[in-house]
Amino acid sequence: MSEYSGVRGTVWFRAFTGHASPMIGDPKSVLTRDAPLGSDHARFLCVVPDPYARFPCVRHGEVGLEEGYTLAARVREVIEHDKNTIKRPIIAIVDVKSQAYGRREETAAIFLAAAAAADAYGSARLAGHPVIALVVGHALSGAFLTHGYQANRILAFDDDGVMIHAMHKEAAARVTRRSVDELDKLAKQIAPMSYDIRDYAKLGLLYKLLRVENPEEPSQQEIRSVQGELVGAIADARTSPVDLRNRLESKEAREMRKASILVRTKLEAQWLEN
Amino acid sequence: MEQIEFNYPAKRKVLERAHVGVVGSGDLEILLEPAEGEVAHVFIRTSVDGFRDTWKAVLDRFFTKYDGAVRIQINDAGATPGSVQLRLEQAVEVSER
Amino acid sequence: MSNNGHGASFINRQSFIELDARERATALFDPGTSRELLGPFDRVESPWLPMQGITPQADDGCVVMKGKIAGQAAVVVALEGAFQGGSMGEVSGEKMTAALDLACADNEQGIPTSAVILLETGGVRLQEANLGLAAIAELMASILALRKHAPVICLMAGTVGCFGGMSLAAGLASYIVMTREARLGMNGPEVIEQENGVEEFDSSDRALVWAIHGGEQRYATGLADALVNDDTPQVADAIRSFVSKGVPPVHRSSQGVLYRNRIDALHTSQQWDPKEFRALWTTTGS
Repeated sequence: MSEYSGVRGTVWFRAFTGHASPMIGDPKSVLTRDAPLGSDHARFLCVVPDPYARFPCVRHGEVGLEEGYTLAARVREVIEHDKNTIKRPIIAIVDVKSQAYGRREETAAIFLAAAAAADAYGSARLAGHPVIALVVGHALSGAFLTHGYQANRILAFDDDGVMIHAMHKEAAARVTRRSVDELDKLAKQIAPMSYDIRDYAKLGLLYKLLRVENPEEPSQQEIRSVQGELVGAIADARTSPVDLRNRLESKEAREMRKASILVRTKLEAQWLEN
Repeated sequence: MEQIEFNYPAKRKVLERAHVGVVGSGDLEILLEPAEGEVAHVFIRTSVDGFRDTWKAVLDRFFTKYDGAVRIQINDAGATPGSVQLRLEQAVEVSER
Repeated sequence: MSNNGHGASFINRQSFIELDARERATALFDPGTSRELLGPFDRVESPWLPMQGITPQADDGCVVMKGKIAGQAAVVVALEGAFQGGSMGEVSGEKMTAALDLACADNEQGIPTSAVILLETGGVRLQEANLGLAAIAELMASILALRKHAPVICLMAGTVGCFGGMSLAAGLASYIVMTREARLGMNGPEVIEQENGVEEFDSSDRALVWAIHGGEQRYATGLADALVNDDTPQVADAIRSFVSKGVPPVHRSSQGVLYRNRIDALHTSQQWDPKEFRALWTTTGS
């Protein structure tokens, strides 16, 4: 399993936009830039580590108060700007270690900062903006709910350094009172528990798994290829409903989320009765 | 998780189903439904293995006083025999309201 | 809206916290108008728990009821805190999301239908990890869609509290109702102590825990819309009033600028005393 390195976000943000900087007035942990993507002018967003962050608990790439509200503001800007015109794509480049674990964060309601970002991303999607998440590294728990999980389409690299999960393995083992070995064994039979991105792909939530030789040093050709995939995802999103039903309707979901589909079918039938 | 089944003779037709309890630590839920025929079927799922005899003792005792033709589903997360007894009585009470 | 908890009314109160999820949900409806959907006898359970030796619950710890509140159509979804800590699994998550989607469809058909979500939950059920996390993301999407039409009210009564990814769902709510016993936060005290040490958060300091996450603090800092006593009629009354109030002109989670200004104005050199924080928080920004 991979350690969070905190470099991939910056690498790919720079690859797509030619820069790696926050907008004026924003904390250094949130990179925002508009750049061409296919025939669109997309907004790219990324959360990266800032070792000099004001809040001590976000200095290793955690998503905290400032990050949540900054993402919210930069996404809302796009919604407001494009109100009466073409809805630009919004691309979340995701490599986030976790949410911030701090007393200040809890006191100042980090749950609301996270919700504000998710609100902005989800509202953009509902307004017709294609929102695409590209998971280039880690996408954990509250951090992913904040930045990326409201996307129309999620893409990820097929790489050992990519991990989407609810909790880091050691902590998960502690909470569920199992050993890490036991968790690994369970994960082999129970795909939703796995830390392997290929098992995540079986759940039907991903639009595509992309093969990249070295995600920390991509070649120009690879960058162009990934851009092409983003363009494809944008087009796919534009010709689909703005909700998240694709996550349940995918071929993989019909295999791995049978219980979800059963719930939906039965609930609808009972809702209409009487 | 262990699955245990028991059958007991039953005479009385039962009309109402009942649900009691929660599968919380040290607790259990019971689903009691009318069944066809003159048998009471008990299906137990428990996260604590190796206590078949204890379950049998509790149920043997319960069925000396209860003669409903029912299907009883027990989902258990480590309840004591006393709690099992209590929940069975609660389920009967609800089904006979 | 706030009530103090003393006097004769305290002795006669009917505890809401002592009720299980099903009883809590039932208590919120206009009498005789509610029915349960996908109840225990439908046996739609977790496919994943038995695979790991954990006994499933017949309703997967999520109760969905439909009926009327204050004369209007409403759906109530209640998580059972006593089962797996009220955590979100594939089935419990989908029950909640699908219920909100059906309410949304009814609104679009011209039937105003509100949603009330009872949150006793630690967040994602780790035994279902990625399906639990995905369920929360999908729930959040459904809250965003529904709250344009009708209020989505989140009620936290205790004793589990509302933590983890589900705190984001609460953050998207039209209205948040809490008791003093209830807590709301992204990370619980134990998790913070585990990650960043006891200096950062001493999880054994109960006074500190409630001073930061408790209903009274959240209400005093404008993060909850009502603080109610642990009294069933009062809780039901508060829910009725928010259903009647309808969709707020602007949702809390859409007011990023206001909250960002408040965050920017905070010093970070040392921890804040929670009582002092109330003044810091509500007098700056906007």
